Amino acid sequence: MNKTVLEFEKPILDLENKIVEMRKYSEVLDIDDEIVKLERKVQKLKENVYNNLTRWQKVQIARHPERPYTLDYIELMTKDFVELHGDRLCKDDKSIVGGFAKLDEYKVMIIGHQKGRDTKSNVYRNFGMPNPEGYRKALRLMKLAEKFDTPIITMLDTPGAYPGLEAEQRGQAEAIARNLFEMSKLKVPIVVVIIGEGASGGALGIGVGDRILMLENCWYSVISPESCSSILWKSWDFKEQAAEALRLTAIDLLRQKIIDRIVHEPLGGAHTNPPAMAAHLKMVLKEELSQLVKLKPDKLVDNRYEKFARMGVFNE
Amino acid sequence: MAWFKRSKENIASDSVKMELPDGLWEKCPGCGEIIHKKQLETYLWTCTKCDHHFRIGSQEYISILLDKASFKEYDKKMRSADPLDFVDSKKYTERVSDTIKKTGLNDAVRTGIGKIHDKEVSFACMDFSFIGGSMGSVVGEKISRAIDRAYKNKIPMIIISSSGGARMMEGAFSLMQMAKTSSRLARLAEAKLPYISILTDPTTGGTTASYAMLGDIIIAEPKALIGFAGPRVIKQTIGKDLPEGFQTSEFLLENGFVDFIVHRKDMRSKLITLLEYLA
Repeated sequence: MNKTVLEFEKPILDLENKIVEMRKYSEVLDIDDEIVKLERKVQKLKENVYNNLTRWQKVQIARHPERPYTLDYIELMTKDFVELHGDRLCKDDKSIVGGFAKLDEYKVMIIGHQKGRDTKSNVYRNFGMPNPEGYRKALRLMKLAEKFDTPIITMLDTPGAYPGLEAEQRGQAEAIARNLFEMSKLKVPIVVVIIGEGASGGALGIGVGDRILMLENCWYSVISPESCSSILWKSWDFKEQAAEALRLTAIDLLRQKIIDRIVHEPLGGAHTNPPAMAAHLKMVLKEELSQLVKLKPDKLVDNRYEKFARMGVFNE
Repeated sequence: MAWFKRSKENIASDSVKMELPDGLWEKCPGCGEIIHKKQLETYLWTCTKCDHHFRIGSQEYISILLDKASFKEYDKKMRSADPLDFVDSKKYTERVSDTIKKTGLNDAVRTGIGKIHDKEVSFACMDFSFIGGSMGSVVGEKISRAIDRAYKNKIPMIIISSSGGARMMEGAFSLMQMAKTSSRLARLAEAKLPYISILTDPTTGGTTASYAMLGDIIIAEPKALIGFAGPRVIKQTIGKDLPEGFQTSEFLLENGFVDFIVHRKDMRSKLITLLEYLA
């Protein structure tokens, strides 16, 4: 298998390969104790590496090509998914998917950014970078959910809204602005989960909600570390520093009170065990929904309004 | 026709090189015309020859659009904190204090209540000269409070945008100002109070993708750069030159995203007429 290995994962992988090698000989040689020792060492190393990731390393995990995407979570967490297409104006944007699904007893509308796994599917999904049609499709589905009192779950994972010619022509900025405006007053619960990359307005465009959750190894900020580096440092080489400066990880954002809750990932990241990740996320989502469905629609909207009104730090 | 005479913009054959005394004259970026500052002011900082609209600040817009001495400023002292302890080539706190010294402004927007033809309006105007008119917590909060004043006093809201987008040095806080201001505008709309958005050169990024594009009426000054992504980024992405006039006010009008374009000298009278319909 053509596995992607990140630089800091290499020592772990080397040890794991060594264990596999040793197992082959364990029938003939008495090395069981050695193997157990080595396994403990791997576990320790893993804990050490993954509990001390730099911000840039987390950005890399958030972008890991084997990381579960929206459709994977839908597949692993829900049943009877009915995907709905198109914005009824112009197109069906493949970089945002959505539809009705059942999360056990909860009927929900799930909407999320969708990346591809290989070149072909990435081209099809436009690398998870929506055009205005994507945001307008998302809004159409959210209004549909509101009409039928269905809670909404959105999943954020995009390197940004697409900076293209047609995107500008068809009003990328208007589409995102409209979503922020409309989402702030939808009369059904909205749970937002950042599952990978939360790049600026392209992510926020489906990211206004009552509860903002974030998987442990994700990033969410006003700009990507690379673009920030190119603008402020006038070079692409300062992405690590930019990632540090932007304070863009889940722990950072929880401290800044921009997200409400961190959803833990399996040791090594969501991509190492998607079913376990999905099962845990499902449990968390049900917990959140069970609280939100108790609230009256007006209360829900008031709380959401107050939540965003509080965001920001300044001196008077 | 004189075929040997250069007709391209900016290349005038009859221009004479001259030394400009500092601070008295301005050169028009549109046509190269040299204009005396006093004259420029009389023409509301538009070129007497080609109608180019010079970038101006909140103080100028207040004098152009609002009734004389009617403007009462609010939250004038609000300043950026440095929630991320942000450092790039320079510390954010230094960048802010240097800009305050240089511009005499405390941040990139001025807000308050003023009158247009005796009608009270909540008024906000951005200043591009303050870190590229970038929107951080202060801009977001001041705009939000301005919308609140419109809401509470049941008066129209007018915002003049001039901004490169969200302010990087406040990270996700800046991003959230987009959601914060947009939700305020949603509440204003539910109360059936009018919001007029005026776009000037340039209006891009997170500012465009929030309050700038949410006006009941959206007005643009001629030939302003208006868009989501910057032209350089788009050019890099698509690997082609951008068509002429791309992301200008005229381009947005043609594509259906602004209501009309108006010359600066006619802006006030247009607002007066509009407010008769809306308020």
